[in-house]
Formats: sequence, structure tokens, C-alpha cells
Amino acid sequence: MNLLGIETSCDETSAAVISGGNGAAPSILSNVVLSQVDIHQPYEGVVPEIAARAHLSHIDRIVAQAMDEADIDFAALDGIAVAGGPGLIGGVIVGVMTAKAIAAVHKLAFLAVNHLEGHALTVRLTQDLEFPFLLLLVSGGHCQLLAVTGVGAYHRLGTTLDDALGEAFDKTAKMLGLGYPGGPQVELRAKTGDAGRFDLPRPMRGRPGCDFSFSGLKTAVRRRIEKIGAPTDTDIDDICAAFQCAVGDVLADRAGRALDIFERRFGDPSALVVAGGVAANQYLRGQLSNFAAARGLELAAPPPDLCTDNGAMIAWAGLERLRLGLTDGLDFAPRPRWPLDPNAAPAMGAGVKA
Amino acid sequence: MTDSHLRTLEAETESRTAAIAAAIAGLAGPGDVIALAGDLGSGKSVFARSFIYALGGSGDVPSPTFTLVQMYELTPSNVFHFDLYRLEKPEDAIELDIDDAFHEGISLIEWPARLGAYLPPRRLLITFEFGTNEDARLLHLDAPDAWAGRIQGLEAHV
Repeated sequence: MNLLGIETSCDETSAAVISGGNGAAPSILSNVVLSQVDIHQPYEGVVPEIAARAHLSHIDRIVAQAMDEADIDFAALDGIAVAGGPGLIGGVIVGVMTAKAIAAVHKLAFLAVNHLEGHALTVRLTQDLEFPFLLLLVSGGHCQLLAVTGVGAYHRLGTTLDDALGEAFDKTAKMLGLGYPGGPQVELRAKTGDAGRFDLPRPMRGRPGCDFSFSGLKTAVRRRIEKIGAPTDTDIDDICAAFQCAVGDVLADRAGRALDIFERRFGDPSALVVAGGVAANQYLRGQLSNFAAARGLELAAPPPDLCTDNGAMIAWAGLERLRLGLTDGLDFAPRPRWPLDPNAAPAMGAGVKA
Repeated sequence: MTDSHLRTLEAETESRTAAIAAAIAGLAGPGDVIALAGDLGSGKSVFARSFIYALGGSGDVPSPTFTLVQMYELTPSNVFHFDLYRLEKPEDAIELDIDDAFHEGISLIEWPARLGAYLPPRRLLITFEFGTNEDARLLHLDAPDAWAGRIQGLEAHV
């Protein structure tokens, strides 16, 4: 099966073609990602693709390029998948309308994919992994632990009560005067830093359940910086290292709790999977790998370029759904909010202390 | 030109900030725009979350930094929680449907300066400042005429 996937739910405009699902190992025929980060980096700032018109002005060209690089005709496609939410509604509408138009003209199966499901299933595109697995989904907008028991079957075990993890990285970078996006900058500076010099809190560590909170860590970083006044390069390196170390400890602690819950409810997972933009962080991957090994579990993570938003993950989730017959009608309405687990109890987050 | 009415509320603790937010939520109605200014970690998100819970919000209240806006279907009106931290040009906000939000809903806006001239003059501006101890905050209220009467007896409600 060949699928075209479109992703426009946030900053990236992306289209990809993948092939697979007939017993053969899946392959990515093309994956074109237009990131505003690349375009605007010389200007020391990012212009988020908040405006639908920005996606609109790129999407046709990006789709054409993806089809061209894959060397495939629309007639040879079996379906078209699009991120139908959650995200910025304007961007989502552009992607959904484009996908519907292509599906209608070429009479293709249409699949509206949850953007988060794209992240969740990517690992099955790059390696042979069975359900169920424990998923740590960490990105600019999310920080969740989920039990994934099948395509479309997600059970949220824990979530952030305030800031997402990618946001905590970005804000730490911002407070230190580092560039955008903050994640890679903090990771880079942490490499030469002394993680032991500053003592930062590990919010939620040791608490029952597996929810997260990063607001208090952000505040602790701010206080450290204020105390220093004008941080030197060494200070910045050390703060980044301490921050990243604190995050690693928290992730391992929370993943441990989640694994306990998982085993009680669903039995043994096939792996601990980490996905989403923050999963590109090599230090955190290493910490999670150590944690998983200690629990006798494999850590599975997509390659870094498939952790950030991209069309291939949408195409793959679409393929997974298509082979189960889970197609959508052309009356699908874009969904700005779309939890992976609609039955999850809400996380009430006011006043969590570090 | 409307007159500005200034006053400062002291919140010694985070739960006090939350209580002030709940009290102001009880005074808000459709068409109100509440701008929340202040540094990272100064309490804007705590305020917004407590405000939304006070109007009956019972689900997650995630930070909208990434999506720029989250809408909550509440009473007396929908609440639009904006975080314009990532907004580069004020014009981009138009495509976030600020017009509808400002007229029909209650808008909570973090990083309101990013809106430039699109921030309506009738907004209630709350500027968060760090207090003397770790959890303490000062909330500086800059209220237009339409809010002056409402915040008059605010301390009594908190």
C-alpha cells in the first residue's frame, strides 16, 4: 500500500509518501518538511506557522515535491492521511481541505489521523514492534505516559499538570538568552556543563501516580539565574546540565511508576517507547535507556528526524488505520482538541510545588 | 479616552493568587478581555488555570504556549486562553479569531504586549511582579472604567 501523509497542525508544513503494509517492511519514499525554524533562524527568531495562509502558500508545492521525490502518481496511492488535530485550527483546516480535495479528485481512501497518534505509532514504521507498549510522548505541547494496546487504543496513565516538557526546555533557553528552538541549545550547552554544581528540584518525584509538573523547575531555574546576575558561559553550561539532569531523573521516576501501573493493568509491555520532539534529545534517550535496561525492557525510539513533526508519521498512522478499515468520511471536521484517550480523568494542576 | 484605575493586590502564596483569580472570574462576563503580563514564572498560568476552574472548568488546562489558544466551553461564556509568547507579528493574531473571542467570550491573554494595537483599550491589565519571598507575588491591576466598580470590593471576595 502507498499512502500520502500531510501534516500542518503546528509549525511544520510537511508531506510524505510511504509504502508498506503488505508483509514487506515499510519504507519512506519521501518526507518533505518545511520548518519555519530553518527559514527564520538567521533572523534569531521563529515565526510560528500560526497563520493558515502560511501553510496555504506552501502546501501545494510541498505535496508536489513529496510526490515527485517518491516518483509516484496519485493513481498509485491507496489513501491519503492528514493530521486532523489537535493543533492550531487554521493550519489543520488547510491540511484537511487539501487532503479531502486530493481524496475526492482521485477517489482515494481518506484518513483523518490524530497528530499524537502519528507520534505514537512512528516507532512501528522504523522497527518491528508489537502491541502493547508503554509510550512516553514528549513534545512542545505534550508530556504524557500512555499504554498503547493497539491502533486507536490509548490509555493515558499520566500527563503534565502545567507546562509541556518541550516548553520547559524552550523557556529555560529563553531565560538563558539561548536561541530558538531551545531544546537543541540546552542539550548542546549541557554537554560541557557540570550537572552537580546547581541543585535543582525534581518535581513530582516519588509521588503516587505518574503525572508530571515542570512549572516549579522553570521557576527554580529562573531563581538560579537571578542569583547569579549575569551568567557566564560556564554558568549557562552548568545550569543547562543541571536542568537536563533534573528532567532525566523525573522522566525515569515517572516512567517507573507508569511501568508498575502498566504491568498491573495490561501485563508486560513489548518496550518503552519514547516519541515526540523532545525524544530527539540524546541525553534523555540515554537516561531512559538506562532506566529501561534496569527494568529488563527495551527502549525503542524513532530516529531524531522522525521525532519532530513530519508527514511520514501521519502517512504511517494512516496506513495502520487503513489496513484495519478505519477510514473517515469527507465530512470529517478538524478538531483543535483531540485527546488520544478521551476517557482519561482530567489532571487538575493548580498549585503543584516543586 | 477612558480613565485608568490602578491598584495593587498582594498574594503571599500561590493559593492566594488562585483565590484572586477565582474572585475576578466571578466578576467577568462575555466580552471581557483580561491581559496577564509579567515574566516567566510570575504566576500568569496559575491565574489563568484558577480562573478557568472557578468558572466550572473540570478538564485539563494545559499551557497554550504551543497552540497559542485553548478554548473552554464554560458559563457565563466561553473562555479563550491565549498565550502569545510565540507570536511574532500582531497581525498574526487576527487568524486566531481574536475578534470573535473579544466580543463573545472571556479572553485571558498571556504576553498581551505581543498584540500591539490589537489589544482593546477596555482590557483589564494585570501585571504580575515577584514579591519578597519565593511564593509571593504582587498583582498590579490597571482597570478601565468598565472594571473600576467591579474590582472595588475585590479584597472582600478573596
